[in-house]
Amino acid sequence: MDLNILWFILITVLFVGFFFLEGFDFGVGILLPFLGKNDQERRVLINTIGPHWDGNEVWVITAGGAMFAAFPNWYSTLFSGFFLALFLVLVSLIIRGVAFEFRSSDSSPLWRNTWDWMIFTGSFLSALLWGVAMTNLVRGVPIDAKMQYVGTFWDLLSPYAIVGGLTTLFIFMFHGALYLSLKTTGEIAERASKAAQVIALVALPVVLLLAVLTHFQTDLFASPGAGITLVGSGVTLILASFLIRSRKAGWAFVVNGLTILLFTVSLFWGLFPRVMVSSLNINWSLTIYNASSSPYTLKIMTIIALIMVPIVLLYQGWTYWVFRKRVTEKDLHY
Amino acid sequence: MTELILSRLQFAVITSYHFLFVPLTLGLGVLVALMETWYVKTGNKTYKMMTKFWGKLFLINFAMGVVTGIVQEFQFGMNWSEYSRFVGDIFGAPLAIEALVAFFLESTFLGLWVFGWDKLSKKVHLITIWIVAIASNISAFFILVANSFMQEPVGYILRNGRAEMTDFLALITNPHVIYQFPHTVLSGFVTAGFFVMGVSAYHLSKRNHLEVFRRSFHMALIFGLISTAGVTGVGHLQGMHLVQLQPMKMAAAEAHWETENPAGLSLFASIDEQGQKNNFEIKIPGMLSFLSYNSFTGEVKGIHELQNTAVHDYGPGNYVPPVTSLFWSFRIMLTAGMWLVLMAMLGLYFYRTKAYEHKAWFLKLLLWTIPVPYLANIAGWFMAEVGRQPWIVYGLQKVEAGVSTSVSLFSMLIAFVGFMLIYISLAAADIYLMVKFIKKGPEVANTDEHLNSKVKGASLWT
Repeated sequence: MDLNILWFILITVLFVGFFFLEGFDFGVGILLPFLGKNDQERRVLINTIGPHWDGNEVWVITAGGAMFAAFPNWYSTLFSGFFLALFLVLVSLIIRGVAFEFRSSDSSPLWRNTWDWMIFTGSFLSALLWGVAMTNLVRGVPIDAKMQYVGTFWDLLSPYAIVGGLTTLFIFMFHGALYLSLKTTGEIAERASKAAQVIALVALPVVLLLAVLTHFQTDLFASPGAGITLVGSGVTLILASFLIRSRKAGWAFVVNGLTILLFTVSLFWGLFPRVMVSSLNINWSLTIYNASSSPYTLKIMTIIALIMVPIVLLYQGWTYWVFRKRVTEKDLHY
Repeated sequence: MTELILSRLQFAVITSYHFLFVPLTLGLGVLVALMETWYVKTGNKTYKMMTKFWGKLFLINFAMGVVTGIVQEFQFGMNWSEYSRFVGDIFGAPLAIEALVAFFLESTFLGLWVFGWDKLSKKVHLITIWIVAIASNISAFFILVANSFMQEPVGYILRNGRAEMTDFLALITNPHVIYQFPHTVLSGFVTAGFFVMGVSAYHLSKRNHLEVFRRSFHMALIFGLISTAGVTGVGHLQGMHLVQLQPMKMAAAEAHWETENPAGLSLFASIDEQGQKNNFEIKIPGMLSFLSYNSFTGEVKGIHELQNTAVHDYGPGNYVPPVTSLFWSFRIMLTAGMWLVLMAMLGLYFYRTKAYEHKAWFLKLLLWTIPVPYLANIAGWFMAEVGRQPWIVYGLQKVEAGVSTSVSLFSMLIAFVGFMLIYISLAAADIYLMVKFIKKGPEVANTDEHLNSKVKGASLWT
């Protein structure tokens, strides 16, 4: 296997990690104002992700760095092409990032409410925009022969991409609700579990719609593997919604994690060996070869990644072990 | 053309803003780790109070550093896509390594530290803050490796219309980073040292928590003193290196138009950039030669000669960076540095005589010295980056060739204005919280902590 393929897989892994981990963070953030009836409860909700959200976010920073290092043309075309969308992503990551730290540092209700809505807005926008960005990669955007994006911001908001955005939004909300029903107790856990059931009912038709539109709008199903994984993600979503109905929150969370994994893998598989599809001329698409770094750089980065990624997984896994207990109001000090 | 100016302005503002938080993170992390080390070693509760008090300030500052740091990574691709294409083969690597090696460690172990007081043993908890402190300094190394390539390209070959990496080892042992890394990290330590001294001075003058702030002051004084000495020494070595590798930057920072031997150092100059001369200057003879070669003789090339050499090497064009802003940012950095040396020495003197606690003027002066390292940090980066002009990668790519071509001016304007609005509001919130927690002082015993004695110390932070 050549290193270009390996790096494509590695970047897929980084996005899977990001969507899986930050997916439930986003979900918790979106559900915060609705599941937390008072300040105490909201603190419980935030504390379930408190020790983890920052580490989870590093997955996307690493994915960005890996794209820059391994496929500089992908990084350059994508980041300049999706300029305003990424600006919005940045804004949402900024406001929710500081909000986690700032909200509890002052007890005035106005202060706390403001930051709670920042957490909501930041999480909501991020969850939506990542889906928009990802589906646009597969659907294709106007890219010219010189690898330059020649469309506008509005070209990114095709109905298909919006359905893509709604898909990640609802899958992440579902993921967050399942996480909360695992990590909290009593009434909050009960509320989270109910919310999960409702969200699943909305998520299912959205994913179905996305799959149908994908068939008409993209060539994803031309690759059998990508098609099967996409359908598979729908199946696991259904399975997860049954599991939460029968109060198996742990299993539901795991299975929906699989939904996120399959969904992300399917999009990347559909792309392969391209990294951005040109809607103007198929030959102008960016691929893992014309967008890549030199073999030397790929080799160096491979050595470093193969050493570091397992270590990261090990110690991040350990933090989830340390904080494995459910968070209750007794754990709060304010 | 306007896109270029806007992108440059945005980069300058966003990067300077980010660097308001980074230095304190670099130094305060180490100081907090030292405080907790003393707590674990001695079991003295005062050190725990110190760890928690300074740790809270560290966290507020850290959060700002994290969120403004994400913008850093994205904006190369967003505003500088042609630069990113040109150097991605080299420049992307340290960025990716920084995330893989340092950011993961930093953020994961910070989460453990903040939420782990009652979940980890004392020793393991101590290790987590040390990992945070060390990882943030490792991250500084890799981002400076990236920056150093822009200042002094090494380990590359021009191929396929871009710079490609040929020697990773050369990249991470770039002579430029060998000087720049200690200079940057030590100025972070200086920033933290004076921050802790200044805040401690404030509380000592109010006679609050004397034990906590005496010990904090003592630690920060020693820490700040060593770092100030270090940063000055390394700075001198770095200057000598710059004269060799980026002579134009040094010549412009000195408004040194004509080649001279021995060369004098202007303390003050009224610069006529258009006419390429100084109308008036006060010079110390031979001093520029000393800064360049550690000897009072030695030829230092002037801007005119360097411009001619550059035209010869790279073709027609203006290779003179903005002299006035360089000249003054260099002097602001040096003056701030000298002020800090003076304060550190005064601190040592008064500390030895135990008189500092009652010297109200000195305590007040220390409080007002908190912004001085920040001034030096920003001025230093201005010198480094403005002095690189007109190059984005020294000798390889000019700034105007690096800007994104596919982004409209309108989009750039939205992003710029958007970032400014958010950054200004965040600055207000950050300063409000910092001042609030500084004034509040350390917590002796949280009343709620008694109510929930079973989960002692769990989330004082959150």
